Amino acid sequence: MANKQVIVGLGSCGLAAGAGKVFDAIESIKKEKNLDFDLKKTSCIGMCFREPLVEVIDETGSYIYGEITDVKAAEILEKHILQNSPIKEYVVKTEVFDTKDKGFFEGQIKIALRNCGYIDPESIEEYEARKGYNALKKIASEKITSEVIIQNVLDSGIRGRGGGGFPTGLKWRFAFNNKASVKYIICNADEGDPGAFMDRSVLEGDPHSVLEGMTIGAYAIQASEGWIYCRAEYPLAIKRLNIAIDQARAKGYLGNNIMGIDGFNFDIHIKEGAGAFVCGEETALMASIEGERGMPRKRPPFPAESGLWKNPTNINNVETFANIPWIIINGPSEYSKYGTEKSKGTKVFALTGKIKNGGLVEVPMGITIRDVVFKLGGGIIDDKKFKAVQLGGPSGGCIPEYLADTVVDYDSVNATGAIMGSGGMVVMDETTCMVDMARFFLDFTKKESCGKCTFCRIGTQRMLEILTRITEGNGLETDLDTLIELSNQIKNSSLCGLGQTAPNPVLTTIKYFRDEYEAHIRDKKCPAKNCKPLLKFEIIEDKCTGCMLCKKVCPVNAISGERKLAHLIDQALCTKCGMCMSKCKFVAISKS
Amino acid sequence: MRIQRIQTKPHLDESEQVDLSLLVPLVQQYKNKRGNTIPLLQGIQNAYGFIPIPAMEWVAENTGLKLSDMYGVASFYAQFRLKPVGKIIVKVCHGTACHVQNATAITEALEEELGVKDGETTVDRVFTLESVACLGCCSLAPVMMIGDNTFGKLTGKQAKEVIRDIREKENGSGCEH
Repeated sequence: MANKQVIVGLGSCGLAAGAGKVFDAIESIKKEKNLDFDLKKTSCIGMCFREPLVEVIDETGSYIYGEITDVKAAEILEKHILQNSPIKEYVVKTEVFDTKDKGFFEGQIKIALRNCGYIDPESIEEYEARKGYNALKKIASEKITSEVIIQNVLDSGIRGRGGGGFPTGLKWRFAFNNKASVKYIICNADEGDPGAFMDRSVLEGDPHSVLEGMTIGAYAIQASEGWIYCRAEYPLAIKRLNIAIDQARAKGYLGNNIMGIDGFNFDIHIKEGAGAFVCGEETALMASIEGERGMPRKRPPFPAESGLWKNPTNINNVETFANIPWIIINGPSEYSKYGTEKSKGTKVFALTGKIKNGGLVEVPMGITIRDVVFKLGGGIIDDKKFKAVQLGGPSGGCIPEYLADTVVDYDSVNATGAIMGSGGMVVMDETTCMVDMARFFLDFTKKESCGKCTFCRIGTQRMLEILTRITEGNGLETDLDTLIELSNQIKNSSLCGLGQTAPNPVLTTIKYFRDEYEAHIRDKKCPAKNCKPLLKFEIIEDKCTGCMLCKKVCPVNAISGERKLAHLIDQALCTKCGMCMSKCKFVAISKS
Repeated sequence: MRIQRIQTKPHLDESEQVDLSLLVPLVQQYKNKRGNTIPLLQGIQNAYGFIPIPAMEWVAENTGLKLSDMYGVASFYAQFRLKPVGKIIVKVCHGTACHVQNATAITEALEEELGVKDGETTVDRVFTLESVACLGCCSLAPVMMIGDNTFGKLTGKQAKEVIRDIREKENGSGCEH
């Protein structure tokens, strides 16, 4: 009989939730009691809301336990490993019986994330055991030509998963058609959109799939060198990529005459980013690899003509590369059977914000936003009212609840004024102020603007000032028109995607939530009760018992009143910190 | 424009000397390699914890890079620090998901606990408080990162406790020396 396996999820999210401690606890119990099972590591399976996760595989199947502590882990070892009886109430996923989180996996099709959470990312053998490097082997054994590979990628219909949505096969063809002797391939792993973490998850959970995808790309466009430009904020991803590259070199998947293909020499380097959002833009990224300030360059010439060090260069995103080996093994039609007419395949989304099941999901294109939020995401935290989703990060926009039946594909999302972006989906409820959201994104793009184009550099600053004054109750009647005018000017006169899309969060919130802006400007009210300067905290006399708790916690001594008598907040002193409200045991403080 | 950290002090206290010998192997490794500006600056920062101007001058002289180019790159990227920082850097995530889950409250609580504003370093040079864009742990928002440790689903109170724990350990290890 095969040994039982105990597998701990040790991705960044698992580690943040305490998976490291759980692993250590299991290891020490195993040693102490001399238990007979294989203890393994894996990465994130996407179920971040139930981290730390521990999977037990026995002869009856796989059981994933959620929200595990060292105490619960000890219990599981005792009952499941020793007595063969799984602890049902801790199980979050299994094929053996239904769990309450079943809905999270229904409707998911895992292609890019096929190995995440299933293999030890630091073991090339485990990747190989799940058809890893089979695509490369197939190319070598069947002597598939570059043209055929490019045609396959084109036929699969896959479009750039980093946000641009440009057909990958076409990009490869442009690079292939350039007959220069030195060509490069780059993997864009500078995932900077706040609210998106699918690339981190792929790099941490299945680094070899990216390496294999890049190697296939290099073979197709005939590149000899590759770079992975990875954010420095992802130390674990960089560590695992380094391990994976060494393993791939040792096994001959990288190096000279790869897989016995005569003259196919290719190697990959890692380039750590230095913290600049704009470096996700391809020309800025190349400037950064060259050691310069990461400022975008004019296109054309496009990278396929003149890219890194003026050599033809092809750049794709992490998720795009992770899909490539699967497409080569299973064929383009298998991939294009998922999705809509113009957006094929699957897309990974990072579900975050006010949602119950926050995590990573991979779904076929064409699913509605509502299904993602409610079927997979489980709905809104505390069952509050669903207000909007923000798609596409700082370049994207807010899609309101009444458009939630929009299907996710590149064109339908663009039609709302948002963009697909890299797939960050931040869910907002009735307590999220849309003006504040717009201000938040503008603050981000203002800081991240490289300063090259005047309208982006100064326009975002001016827009931020206007938005700030609106949230402080000093907005002017003319502000909305000024915002729209500035937005259009920034869009029209910026060189790169950052500037061209920076006004999107403002434009979409004005389009769909104009009443909220007007409430801030005209009535000096924040309908979501979020903008502090517009709030008023008051004590409800009937409910106040005079316990004096609020008086004690008030940091500015704005509350007065005697014991057992109703208290009063001095509005002139109140800083609206909300401490009194959170401490009051009698719900005697109102916020309006 | 790209983040400029607040310059509250001159780059270097006069009393502090920069040990330039630390830079010799770095220059040997990267001299005459294309695209070496960023790795060189990263190397300087690894050696001193920040980028002292004398170190940049020395590297410029010994590699042939232009000091103005190096300064331009160093001031462009958020990663590079031109002034000394605390031993422990507390990074509070202000990505979208964290913002929606009230990351501001975390920063405010830490400002109170540490007695410094965002972007500043405590007088004893133990802690530096920083806001960062996104740590990629959005489903655990709000999040902060100290060293390689990430703390998720925080409240202001928990954030303060983490700092107190670290401070206690710091003081403890101080006694042993």
